[in-house]
Amino acid sequence: MKVVVCVKQIPDPALPGELDPSTNYLKRDDKLILDESDSYGVEMALQLVESAGGGDVSLVSMAPNGAVGGLRTALAMGAEGAVLVSDAALAGTDALGTAKVLAAAISRMSPDLVLAGVESSDGYTGTVPEMIAGALNIPSITFAKQIQIEGGNVKVQRQTEAGYDDVECPTPALVSVTAGVVEPRYPSFKGIMAAKKKPVEELDLSALGIDSSSVGKNGARQETVQVTDAEERQAGEIIEDDGDAHEKIIEFLGELKVI
Amino acid sequence: MADLSDFYELDALLGDEEQMIRDTVAKFVVNEFMPLVADHFEAGTFPMELVPAIADMGLLGMHLDGYGCAGASAMAYGVACRELEAGDSGLRSFVSVQGSLCMFPIWKYGSEEQKEQWLPQMAAGEIIGCFGLTEPDHGSDPSNMATRAQRDGDKWILNGSKRWITNAGIADLAIVWANTDEGFRGFLVPTDSEGFEARKIQNKLSLRASVTGEFYMDDVIVPESMRLPDAVSIGAPLSCLSEARYGIAFGAVGVARDCYNAALDYQQGRPQFGKPLSSFQINQIKFADMLTQMTNANLQAMTLGRLKETHTVRPYHISMAKRHNCRVAIDTARTARAMMGANGVSTEYSPMRHANNMESVMTYEGTEEIHGLILGQEITGIPAFR
Ligand SMILES: Cc1cc2nc3c(=O)[nH]c(=O)nc-3n(C[C@H](O)[C@H](O)[C@H](O)COP(=O)(O)OP(=O)(O)OC[C@H]3O[C@@H](n4cnc5c(N)ncnc54)[C@H](O)[C@@H]3O)c2cc1C
Ligand SMILES: Cc1cc2nc3c(=O)[nH]c(=O)nc-3n(C[C@H](O)[C@H](O)[C@H](O)COP(=O)(O)OP(=O)(O)OC[C@H]3O[C@@H](n4cnc5c(N)ncnc54)[C@H](O)[C@@H]3O)c2cc1C
Repeated sequence: MKVVVCVKQIPDPALPGELDPSTNYLKRDDKLILDESDSYGVEMALQLVESAGGGDVSLVSMAPNGAVGGLRTALAMGAEGAVLVSDAALAGTDALGTAKVLAAAISRMSPDLVLAGVESSDGYTGTVPEMIAGALNIPSITFAKQIQIEGGNVKVQRQTEAGYDDVECPTPALVSVTAGVVEPRYPSFKGIMAAKKKPVEELDLSALGIDSSSVGKNGARQETVQVTDAEERQAGEIIEDDGDAHEKIIEFLGELKVI
Repeated sequence: MADLSDFYELDALLGDEEQMIRDTVAKFVVNEFMPLVADHFEAGTFPMELVPAIADMGLLGMHLDGYGCAGASAMAYGVACRELEAGDSGLRSFVSVQGSLCMFPIWKYGSEEQKEQWLPQMAAGEIIGCFGLTEPDHGSDPSNMATRAQRDGDKWILNGSKRWITNAGIADLAIVWANTDEGFRGFLVPTDSEGFEARKIQNKLSLRASVTGEFYMDDVIVPESMRLPDAVSIGAPLSCLSEARYGIAFGAVGVARDCYNAALDYQQGRPQFGKPLSSFQINQIKFADMLTQMTNANLQAMTLGRLKETHTVRPYHISMAKRHNCRVAIDTARTARAMMGANGVSTEYSPMRHANNMESVMTYEGTEEIHGLILGQEITGIPAFR
């Protein structure tokens, strides 16, 4: 069984982010790290291969400047190898362009199963995985909390507001994994030291046969027209307890539809 | 506010792998250990439930090669100790005792069969070790130890007691140092041996999140195959202590950093007399002093790391760094504690827990005075402790 996991490498969320004022793009000059949203997909893939008693977990990522910091973390967790797509012409690529590029890279890897996060931690359009499935013309299942491979089928518990649905489709397929459903392992020190020696194949657009005008800023159908500061948080409502505070709290939670 | 705790950005000199190991340990400490430490400190227990995860990462015997050990660099071992001890000295002690005091002597002085029998299981955390050198009547002068091993054909008969032994009571295997007619020798003694009895020391006010105990040996019979063949003098246990003290020099920097950060965070957020505590001159001077001392300690640790990697480190280098950095850590912890007022005495904050722990860390692995005397001997050529 061959599983390919899409992993996005993002600027460290612990460091203060900054936009380039001329382009309104997020500055990505510092080291990029593994998006935590994707560590669940990596863990899920490793568990699937372990329980299948064999197979291969590979990674695919698109990132500027040949960044491999986040890939190394996922390799240290146990993935076998990675494909990185990096090309200066990709600056400003929107979610659809990203999906096209990743789909082209994935199709060369002929996986049985493609895993992705439900949404990334920085861009969070939550659209890339399904568009990859569209571009590859394979079925996709979203919001997985549990995945099983049986014969030529993938069986997924798909998280819903009330619980979960059992969904099944033939492989090859793409499944997006809900954050938090598995406990991503700590990379072992042996894994960390082995990660350096694992293969990372770097591809540019011409290697994938993608016309550079169809991606990047020019190919993007989405444009950042303006950036404004988020509104300051309003002070919360303070309820004095005259014996009925609990009712007001219940009413408030009811309005939020959380109870 | 920028984080200045690595003031000269020395961590940038670490290799990629060393940085990843640091980050992995730091994340483990914050996510898995910190939620548990206050309760274990109060209860006087070590969180044994974390041992499998500690072992899976490769922390146990991480700087040893082969036999299931990770084979990481000396620098990686140092920064791992720093991150562990930023959590609690008890956590770093667990890793030091298992790796440096119990696995290292087997790796260095053991036979091939001993290495193959014990090291993989110890690296996996399936067998926990303890290191028995100190005795009720002999601490700083182990060469006067009273524990005896008597040869009897292809067996040895051990008698004596060891006290203040980390992990005695939970260990499966004791590394026992004993005097014999042939000189000092080291033995691997399973703790379920006939005549071996271990007991936990209760009522410690320091290093509470670590198990400390004592054990007695009454005619314990150990086969010759369980003696460490290459350990033939008191230098053998002392070399193990050098390994562990190296880790303490780094660990103490973690303690100082955690206390400095706790006090800074607290004082920035707490107004008195209408402005944050950190805006008063006297407190700023305290932060400046803490940061300077901590930076000195870190420079010593990182330099020690380089010396160890080039195999030029000498025991007196380790003595200086262990002594200096423990002093910095305890002073920083006490200052930070005071800067947090009443809240500083609660287990909710780390500085007082660290300050209490450092009382033990300054005592074990050679006291502050003994390390000063080791330096004194190096400086003057005159040994003053005998
Ligand atoms: C203004 C702007 C500038 C950009 N500049 C560059 C650039 O210079 N170079 C460049 O390479 N990209 C660039 N991008 C692309 C960007 O990095 C994202 O990959 C893309 O926008 C995906 O959108 P998202 O984060 O909302 O994905 P979501 O749909 O929220 O992501 C869901 C999941 O899809 C997968 N996924 C998403 N993106 C990637 C990825 N890049 N690699 C692997 N898996 C992924 C992950 O599994 C993720 O969890 C730019 C994007 C924008 C908007
Ligand atoms: C929590 C904890 C865990 C420990 N774990 C272990 C372990 O796992 N294994 C192990 O073998 N031991 C362990 N120890 C023991 C530790 O190594 C000893 O306590 C230490 O070596 C000091 O010995 P002592 O307590 O007998 O003090 P003493 O040697 O009696 O010293 C008492 C005081 O006198 C000073 N002093 C001693 N000699 C001189 C001198 N010549 N000149 C000037 N001053 C001197 C000392 O500096 C100290 O201040 C542990 C101790 C503690 C507290």
